[in-house]
Amino acid sequence: MSSSFSSTTSSDPTSAVFGRLSWDSIPYHDPIIVGTFAVVAIGGVALLAALTKYKVWGYLWKEWFTSIDHKKIGVMYMVLGIIMLLRGFADAIMMRLHQAMAFGENMGYLPPDHYDQIFTAHGVIMIFFVAMPFVVGLMNYIVPLQIGARDVAFPFLNNFSFWMTASGAVLIMLSLFVGEFAKSGWLAYPPLTGILQSPGVGVDYYIWALQIAGVGTLLSGVNFVVTIVKMRAPGMTMMKMPVFTWTALCTNILIVASFPILTAVLAMLSLDRYLDMHFFTNDMGGNAMMYINLIWIWGHPEVYILILPIFGVFSEIVSTYSGKRLFGYSSMVYATVVITILSYLVWLHHFFTMGSGPTVNSFFGITTMIISIPTGAKIFNWLFTMYRGRIQFDVPMLWTIGFMVTFVIGGMTGVMLAVPPADFVLHNSLFLIAHFHNVIIGGVVFGVFAAIAYWYPKVTGYKLDPFWGKASFWCWLIGFYLAFMPLYVLGLMGVTRRVSHFEDASLQIWFQIAAVGAVLIGIGIACFLIQLYVSYKKRDQLRDETGDPWNGRTLEWSTSSPPPQYNFAFTPRVHDNDAWWQMKQHGYKAPREGFTPIHMPKNTAAGLVLSGLSTVFGFAMIWYIWWLAGLSFAALVICTIIHTFNYKRDYYIPVEEVEKVERQRAEVLA
Amino acid sequence: MSTSRNLCKLLPTSALAATLAGCDMVVMSPSGDIARQQADLIIWSTLLMLIIIVPVILLIFLFAWRYRASNREATYKPDWDHSTTLELVIWAAPLAIIIALGALTWVSTHKLDPYRPLDRIDEERLVPEHVEHMVVEVVAMDWKWLFFYPELGIATVNEMAAPVDRPLQFKITATTMMNAFYIPELAGMIYAMGGMETQLHAVINEEGTFEGFSANYSGEGFSQMRFDFLGLSEGDFAQWVERVKSQGSPLSHSVYKALEKPSIDDPVRYYSEVMPGLYDAILNRCVDPGEVCMKDLMKSHHHHHGEGAGE
Repeated sequence: MSSSFSSTTSSDPTSAVFGRLSWDSIPYHDPIIVGTFAVVAIGGVALLAALTKYKVWGYLWKEWFTSIDHKKIGVMYMVLGIIMLLRGFADAIMMRLHQAMAFGENMGYLPPDHYDQIFTAHGVIMIFFVAMPFVVGLMNYIVPLQIGARDVAFPFLNNFSFWMTASGAVLIMLSLFVGEFAKSGWLAYPPLTGILQSPGVGVDYYIWALQIAGVGTLLSGVNFVVTIVKMRAPGMTMMKMPVFTWTALCTNILIVASFPILTAVLAMLSLDRYLDMHFFTNDMGGNAMMYINLIWIWGHPEVYILILPIFGVFSEIVSTYSGKRLFGYSSMVYATVVITILSYLVWLHHFFTMGSGPTVNSFFGITTMIISIPTGAKIFNWLFTMYRGRIQFDVPMLWTIGFMVTFVIGGMTGVMLAVPPADFVLHNSLFLIAHFHNVIIGGVVFGVFAAIAYWYPKVTGYKLDPFWGKASFWCWLIGFYLAFMPLYVLGLMGVTRRVSHFEDASLQIWFQIAAVGAVLIGIGIACFLIQLYVSYKKRDQLRDETGDPWNGRTLEWSTSSPPPQYNFAFTPRVHDNDAWWQMKQHGYKAPREGFTPIHMPKNTAAGLVLSGLSTVFGFAMIWYIWWLAGLSFAALVICTIIHTFNYKRDYYIPVEEVEKVERQRAEVLA
Repeated sequence: MSTSRNLCKLLPTSALAATLAGCDMVVMSPSGDIARQQADLIIWSTLLMLIIIVPVILLIFLFAWRYRASNREATYKPDWDHSTTLELVIWAAPLAIIIALGALTWVSTHKLDPYRPLDRIDEERLVPEHVEHMVVEVVAMDWKWLFFYPELGIATVNEMAAPVDRPLQFKITATTMMNAFYIPELAGMIYAMGGMETQLHAVINEEGTFEGFSANYSGEGFSQMRFDFLGLSEGDFAQWVERVKSQGSPLSHSVYKALEKPSIDDPVRYYSEVMPGLYDAILNRCVDPGEVCMKDLMKSHHHHHGEGAGE
């Protein structure tokens, strides 16, 4: 029947050299993949040629790839997120078109084998390689500036974390052209992902991509917790931290506490697959329910890892564009902390249908509902920040209003799913799919676009073109409702997820509307890319010399745009939670003299090298190329040791240079 | 029926109207008492939350309009950031809703626990005292459904029938993949897992042919893992049983082993008699001679650890 039942072992002598890898691993028989490959290959070669022609390799290497500047690493995370968004969206539109077609006689254009990989890749990419890089990228850029620091606590680790995340993304992209990706759904539940049921390389790509990227995420979590706890400017007590920094702190605590669980559960799945162990198998005492519990003990905090910083983004934006202090700062902080704690007490709501008793199910249902109380408090706080404000409807504020309306709807459907008996009929349905896209798109994605529009002038020195920003916003907003409201309806019509073919013709119209919505979202993404290009072309018109284009309230707006390498020539003193607002009120003038040399960390290629070796190691493990795995692992250990002997890790920016930079800034402002 | 279908085609022009009017929204208008109560819960929880959601959405638009920067008439208080009264309301209002919803959740989760034997047939009728649950043993296989009727000694593949208004007890397991047993017209879903048994109690109140399927993705043949669930009158059900007995063949060990092989889009199959203890052997993963059944294995483990076998 299908190849997935054939034997994996091979007596072919080349297997000692190439493991499972052979010419058959290249899916050249699939026109869709070959077409994609052609586009990627041609585009890639063109890009590489252009980079070579314009001699930017040296620049990229020196200024970006090896940079340990948190601002540049932040930008690289955002670029990674945008690139992977295009891939994740391509998967989405393929699914939407397929489901809109595949009725009755028409089998759609994707065979189940391919369709199953696409929905898995879509979920994995959107969560791990779009939403996570966006959120981590934002924290990277903003947090040190908001707390008046010159960099993060461990600058090299930060660069290393980025490249490990990128390495995971590379493995996922590779799976498109060499071998296959998992056909398991984004959380890879066993026993489907056990070696007996999925002997191919797909699940191994999944495991190693997430394990390698997970190292990056965990280290970046450690980095930010330390940065926020230890490196705040004098005067910035915990209750004077900007709300975005507060949410970033909570998110990173969640990362540190939950990602090791993901690592452990994937390690156990690997042991089942590679060493024939029985953690999650049906036989020999294994139990898949343990996997499902563990992966959600990571998985539920994960959704708060994504949404909490976004709550922070909206708090900053709503207060800035209302020209008003944030209403209920302390209740906002407590709400964030309560959500952080509660996010560990709700995981079982992802599987009320697994047969737990009614008391266990009600416990987890009620804890889930309780989370809506602090979340509701946040919505009210934003609402009353707008109350008696002077609201400027710039693009970030449009996203915020769009978010508030959309998110409360998503919150409501979420609480419906938290009622266990209601969940019995809604679980795994398209209603559930609509719900989590409602909160992830309406929350995280809208928030990321709001954040990009808000902080873009800080990063580049010019604002984004508002026309294309508004076009993108309206396409996303309308596209979202068109794409996902039909899914709510379909869920109530009893349609469940991951189905690749339908018989009931009355469903088709809803899938077709959803497909139109997806196309509209695609146009929204295109408008965003056009916006980047147009804004770059019009950068002289859009330029902001002040560093504070929106009359901001927090410390990042006190620097130039883009900020100097060292962020602050003098560490600011903080007296208020809207530190910069308070400084402006008191007629703050930047000091003109008394500069000292600034101690800064030095660029290093170690992160890039280590992550490159990790990629090779992951690839070798996936394909059972044992000699290469051993070699790359040994190299990984040796390079790490060599790096510890690198004592040239810091340098001083001479005082003359600091003076020059600050003088230029003063001249621009004057 | 046809009018509602036609309505469906017209309504998408107005999505809101469509959600309200309901296009074959089986989840909201099912034919089984359990599913109907689950639908009622969806409505009640929605109404409860709308008490707070609707004012919030209206306030968002109201404040956004009223306090737009160009409206110089509106009060502007840039430093106003605290009001104890308001904070209390902000936390208390959602809390009140959640207390109500939490109580509803606790009660309904216990009442609609799938493991709990039914005490009523529908809103008006309790289960009469002499009526026993009809047991159906369900096995999710790759990728088809096998149903045993232990009291009737028959089995079927990809078709299941039950008499209307008779309380049903499903015992559910799987051979390899994890699936979810789901008949939207009848009751909510429950997972089917290898080596484990889950239960579902439900009743079908209307005659008809309803759709059942796996609601948890299980690999290649998942999309075709569907079956018909027939709600039949007592007389029709007896006839159906007769048909299974007359048209079917015995489900022996070798027939089962052939059936166990992964297959997609299988036809309906009838088995007139069943090898004794087959469901139990599937559940305990000891269909083949010589395999130790999980329940025996666990018992011997208990003895080894000196914990005693009794529970």
